[in-house]
Amino acid sequence: MTAPTTTHPARTTRSGGVRPVHLWLGAGVLAVGSYLSLGVGASSVGVVDLLNPSPEAWHILTTSRIPRLIAILLAGASLSVAGLIMQRITANRFVSPSTSGTVEAAVLGILIATMFFGGTSLIVKMGIAIVTAIAGTLIFLQMLQRIQHREGIVVALVGLMYGGVLAAITTFVAYQRDLIQYLDIWTTGSFSSVLEGRYEPLYIVLVVGIIGYVFADKFTVIGMGESFATNLGLNYQRILYIGLIVVSVMAAVVVVVVGAIPFLGLIVPNVVTLLLGDNIKKVLPLTALAGAGFVLACDVAGRVIIHPYELPVATIAGAIGGVVFIWLILRSAKGASV
Amino acid sequence: MTLLESRRQRATRVASDAEHTSAEERRRRTRIRVTLGVLGLLSVLAVTAYLTYDVRGSWDYAMDLRSRQVGSLIVVGATVGASSLVFQTIAGSRILTPSVMGFDALYLLVQTVIVFFFGSTTFMLMGVGPRFLINAAVLLVFGMLLFRWLFGRSSRNLLVLVLVGIVIGSLFNSLTSLASRVLSPNDFLTLQDVMFASFNTVDADLLWIVAAVSVVGMLALVPLLRYLDVVDLGFDAAVALGVPYHRVVTLSLGVITLLVAVSTALVGPMLFLGLIVANLARQIIPSHRHTDLVIGSALVGVLCTVAGQFVVGHLLDNGTTLSVVVNLVGGIYFILLLMRTVRL
Repeated sequence: MTAPTTTHPARTTRSGGVRPVHLWLGAGVLAVGSYLSLGVGASSVGVVDLLNPSPEAWHILTTSRIPRLIAILLAGASLSVAGLIMQRITANRFVSPSTSGTVEAAVLGILIATMFFGGTSLIVKMGIAIVTAIAGTLIFLQMLQRIQHREGIVVALVGLMYGGVLAAITTFVAYQRDLIQYLDIWTTGSFSSVLEGRYEPLYIVLVVGIIGYVFADKFTVIGMGESFATNLGLNYQRILYIGLIVVSVMAAVVVVVVGAIPFLGLIVPNVVTLLLGDNIKKVLPLTALAGAGFVLACDVAGRVIIHPYELPVATIAGAIGGVVFIWLILRSAKGASV
Repeated sequence: MTLLESRRQRATRVASDAEHTSAEERRRRTRIRVTLGVLGLLSVLAVTAYLTYDVRGSWDYAMDLRSRQVGSLIVVGATVGASSLVFQTIAGSRILTPSVMGFDALYLLVQTVIVFFFGSTTFMLMGVGPRFLINAAVLLVFGMLLFRWLFGRSSRNLLVLVLVGIVIGSLFNSLTSLASRVLSPNDFLTLQDVMFASFNTVDADLLWIVAAVSVVGMLALVPLLRYLDVVDLGFDAAVALGVPYHRVVTLSLGVITLLVAVSTALVGPMLFLGLIVANLARQIIPSHRHTDLVIGSALVGVLCTVAGQFVVGHLLDNGTTLSVVVNLVGGIYFILLLMRTVRL
């Protein structure tokens, strides 16, 4: 069940695979949703006004709503793609930035940056967070090599615990320095503070995402194991590190700009793969679309539930994602019952 | 070592126990007694140290405050130790403890919901008794449901359960923070006091209630202990030896849920305490008799909580909280356990 090579019984009944129509459909739905979401917020800008905005409305749109929309789409897409890449590299469905310590390591990096460099610029924080995220993910991959029992469930457990240990270290340090409140901001993803001029670093994930797409097939191959990949003439270590950097940069940048969004990188790739098959080159763009759409839906829900106030996207994604994750676990357990 | 092998070994140990006239057996009994004695002594020392270390100013005030803290530490340590060990036996797994299954998170959720619906003033005015009873009742209901589901199907992958438990925990955490964000800042502050497990703010009335409940719970365990020795051998062996397996398991689970409710309601979440304590007790006590093991585990629990809080509170001057330290140590330990596991 964990190896991507196993053909799933449910998948043989479908024609499987991604057709162009899926992509266009996904993109269309997302575009309509994005457009409608611009009308949601504390100050009323009607959906119709968007076509012919007054100066005030235009100001609200350009400084707050459009940046927010872009941030949502980029964050949702990149965390999901990062999850997909991690799942391929480890050949394990239960690995993702938020369940394997990558995100927690990035948060630790932000804490270190805040402690030693004071109120630093976003770029410095991001640099340090990327470094710690790479280190943290690397440690997890090393642990994976040593696990006796490489069943998906065990790996997921070890990953969650490892993230918990990193979070405990972060809490420990933050408690000493009276930074607990900040911790709450970093660990709870929210788009409410996204304004023009405060989210632009997110565009980095586009560049990294393209790199990820180019190497996508190779990530799948190294997931088959070192000897297998070497036999096919791949430089295992190099591809592994490229994947590691792609994933860590994506996760760290999102955490620095908007905060952590739990389970996103785990559930979106899994659900998309279940529906549309395993061909990573074809699944990756749809994973990005689905992730963006899911985060957009969570964010709009957060803005509507206690209007005019907001609920952070992380809490809503955490609640929905938790339920989906449990379903995935039970589903896989049935397939591989002991 | 597979579970089957270890069970077989334990079975042979039990068999060798039948001829407990051998000198080796007597030596082992003595060693167990000495170990338990040393544990008891160390616990007493830790409690004394906690009470008397570096008292400044009013002796009466310090004694009053510290005895309440120590009282709650003892109750928590003993209940967590005993309940986790018995739970491990019933589940037939060394990595499954009640709090890993999402109890702590549920506790927070219940607190938040109470504040959410009644406001923090009502919450504070409610009185500790009713508040504890509500918490305990909800935890009991949830616990019994969870356990029914857990033991309802005969062959379940335990790891799946642990994972589901942990995810349920984080799900409750999300719901908690969802609810807490809708609260007013005042209400939120009240909650914050409850969120971090802290031994500094234990209410005397609450302490009496939970101490009484835990004593009752512990006494209820006593007649079950002999049966648990056999339950440890697995379902088939236990039934073959004439033990009413399901009844023993159900009764034990009821008591466990009660004890867990007590400790969680008293100080809030302590995710890995039970895991550390129960496994430590199994390592240092060379016995398979639950009479020895449960007493040992309770003592180790008391020792861990009192000594741990002594270090955190007195030596580090409250520079951190005990729960953070427990999570750190316990998390690493849990990972090591998982990495070593070949089969469960």
